[in-house]
Amino acid sequence: MEERLRRTMMFVPGNNSGMVKDAGVYGADSIMFDLEDSVSMDQKDAARILVYEALQTQDYGNAELVVRVNGIDSPFFRSDVFAMVKAGIQVIRLPKVESAQMMKDLVSTIEEAEKKFGIKVGTTHVMAAIESARGVMKCLEIAESSDRMIGLALSAEDYTTDMKTHRYPDGAELEFARNMILHAARAAGIAAFDTVFTNMNDIDGFMCETKHIHQLGFDGKSLVNPRQIDMVNSVFVPTKKEIENALDVEAAIEEAKTKGSGVISMNGQMVDRPVVLRAQRVMRLAKASHLINEEGEYIEE
Amino acid sequence: MKNNVGREIPDEILNEKGYKTFKSVDIGNPDKQRVAPKVSVTTGDNKVVDSLEDVVKNNVKDGMTISFHHHFREGDFVFNKVMDIIINSGIKDLTLAPSSLTNVMNDKVVEAIKAGTITNITSSGMRGSLGEAVSHGLLKNPVIFRSHGNRARSIEEGEIKIDVAFLGVPNADRLGNANGMDGDAAFGSLGYALMDANYANKVVLLTDNLVDYPNTPASIKQTQVDYVVKVDKVGDPDRIGTGATRFTKNPKDLQIAKMVNDVIIHSPYFKQGFSFQTGSGGAALAVARFLRQSMIDNDIKASFALGGITKPIVDLLEEGLVNKVMDVQDFDKGAAGSMKSNKNQQEIDASWYADPDNKGAMVDQLDVAILSALEIDTDFNVNVMTGSNGVIRGAVGGHQDAATSKMTIISAPLTRGRIATVVPKVSTVVTPGDSIDVLVTEVGIAVNPKRKDLVEAFKKVPGLPLVSIDELQKRAEKIVGKPEEIQYTDRTVALVEYRDGTLVDAIKEIKD
Amino acid sequence: MGIKETALAGTLESSDIQITLSEGSGIDIDLDSSVEALYGDQIKKVITDTLNKYGITDAKVKAVDKGALDCVVKARTMAVAQRALGTTEEPNWEVL
Repeated sequence: MEERLRRTMMFVPGNNSGMVKDAGVYGADSIMFDLEDSVSMDQKDAARILVYEALQTQDYGNAELVVRVNGIDSPFFRSDVFAMVKAGIQVIRLPKVESAQMMKDLVSTIEEAEKKFGIKVGTTHVMAAIESARGVMKCLEIAESSDRMIGLALSAEDYTTDMKTHRYPDGAELEFARNMILHAARAAGIAAFDTVFTNMNDIDGFMCETKHIHQLGFDGKSLVNPRQIDMVNSVFVPTKKEIENALDVEAAIEEAKTKGSGVISMNGQMVDRPVVLRAQRVMRLAKASHLINEEGEYIEE
Repeated sequence: MKNNVGREIPDEILNEKGYKTFKSVDIGNPDKQRVAPKVSVTTGDNKVVDSLEDVVKNNVKDGMTISFHHHFREGDFVFNKVMDIIINSGIKDLTLAPSSLTNVMNDKVVEAIKAGTITNITSSGMRGSLGEAVSHGLLKNPVIFRSHGNRARSIEEGEIKIDVAFLGVPNADRLGNANGMDGDAAFGSLGYALMDANYANKVVLLTDNLVDYPNTPASIKQTQVDYVVKVDKVGDPDRIGTGATRFTKNPKDLQIAKMVNDVIIHSPYFKQGFSFQTGSGGAALAVARFLRQSMIDNDIKASFALGGITKPIVDLLEEGLVNKVMDVQDFDKGAAGSMKSNKNQQEIDASWYADPDNKGAMVDQLDVAILSALEIDTDFNVNVMTGSNGVIRGAVGGHQDAATSKMTIISAPLTRGRIATVVPKVSTVVTPGDSIDVLVTEVGIAVNPKRKDLVEAFKKVPGLPLVSIDELQKRAEKIVGKPEEIQYTDRTVALVEYRDGTLVDAIKEIKD
Repeated sequence: MGIKETALAGTLESSDIQITLSEGSGIDIDLDSSVEALYGDQIKKVITDTLNKYGITDAKVKAVDKGALDCVVKARTMAVAQRALGTTEEPNWEVL
């Protein structure tokens, strides 16, 4: 899977032309156009066409473009998938996923569409939203269902309802689901996205939750408001120590390359793959946080 | 002939009115002669009168110039009351020379034009039905738009000779000592009206709050005033200024405000004792909030904030982050109310604020100005006067004046609805591009290439999205498409002066 | 070709356009837009071209524009055309 930062996945209601138009200006790592819950039943067709046209014409910069289609059992699913594949969407997010088979069904519909529209089979990626107890228990098989998979996302509103609870400030009710999703994602080598936080007035609660999921190891968070983007990014800023270490690792890699050596070593010790991967991620975060200058040097605060 | 910002100014205007075309934003060091008003000598015991009608009858004659201030903003009761009497008394051919015209005055001005009462207007701006009417040719003579600093200059140098000034005040004593701070209709600074009080041949105060003599502090003094007229109400307190200032939640405004703040703090001007001016819009208020945090984080204090003042600016004063607030007008109740309790919130008149022909104006000392734009073109020329359809709907305000700051930042969205803000040519040039240094939009920051020092300084800052203004213009056009050209007739309906009195643009009548 | 039923798509929110199709002969567009002087002809052209792609040549069009971009004008015209033809869930992929 292509390695990229996915700190922020911003929801954009698919039938709101103003928000669809402006979605690219806030610096979200991923933009998720929603055809599902934010669109009323009688506007599904209009939202689908609006997002389709926007994808054809609007400049969303370097953001990863995702569409949440309607559920696989809904009458809108097939047309949603076909339209989005034709529009060249990068990722289709399927809601309420409870089995690997659901993802396989999505993938076969995508493949049908890719063939119909002359798009190279395999171009369109997928991700799954986990919204139920069954979905959580099946995380790993879902994560490993297709090589098109890029991630799992927790959707806490439906999940907590399914669990006969609701959301609490400390998030204890989500701990199991978060860990299941995260472990499944890591085991399958894909991304893990935490759920949305909807109370825009509770900044402290939002920051607390974001720090928590950062500590657990999530790639990022789904967001409902562009104002949350900077807040999430601030949590994902690497520390000075992490950056300096990553720069050392990079230097060691460079040195090994020049020497033509297959073994990377730093301070006399061999640098193994996990260390390299972590260093690469820290460097991506540092660059995205504007802490690295054009020459690749760390900028002291 | 074409002026130095490439705008065609009709020769007959230049010849008939003795105008020069705009040459440069540099004022230089000329010697200027100021004028003085007539004084009708009195001991002052009989100034209080009940009949506004009598004052009008005895003082306003055909062909005179009358003036008003706009400190009551959308809550003004004075203008319409006085104009009704003037229209009804059949006076003709007046020149209307207010500091500006707010929306509550529109219909009355249109009525007065149609009645032949008003045949000339000079103002900072106009909007709504009046702007529409003038753009469609209602007034025979072109309106003259002047900045606040230029109005002060024109009054001082006799280009505007005010015969009678009708000035509403929230308090006055029987001899005419008055300020803007006390009373039901308090609005804070009297900044613009102080020019009229100082230079009009006749000064008529209207107040609903006659207080004991002598009234202090006196912004307008008894030495300047001819009449004090008691009226029921001078203004609607709820409409004078906006109420509690709310910070914008609009994510695009916040994005722009954050980028403006980034520009300021990475500029060479962000240092101990810097000075700044912001406007009153949502994005400008958000800048004040971001700037506050940056000042705290960097332990930097400003020596002064200038111009039209809002509550967030007063908060900075009270927090000790700004040493002085130099206040020519107040945009909200919070700012208006704090002047009397905080001696560091200094009332300044329009001349002190912004007159270019001065022995030093406050704007000349200004480091950073954050201004808005209806349109800005690829030469950085700014339009704050006409809409994209060519209709007058704005005001020069202090735009040209504050733009002389060391770093002038235009903060504006790339597009508004389907209207591009960054365009190949603005429909009307108000502020020449030579005094604009940086444009901040939500998608990128363009630095005027003439400011090589700023380009170099900002290039070193990772994460500042620097782009050329041509790229921004192309990007805007790609989003909204290429508009059809607006059709004008040959007739000039308004002139835009630069702050030195030269002509920067001429506004044409809209073709229907 | 005419339409099967009267239909409406789009909203009156900023940046959107609301389009109503009803029976008529020829494409007859009644446009209400704050940017009519600048983009009126362009909006009408997008509506007409899009309707023609669906084979609609006879319809009365009422369009209330709130500053919609061309892509939105096109999207709303497509939506209203599909609704007026009763084909919302069998989109015409050749037109899309």
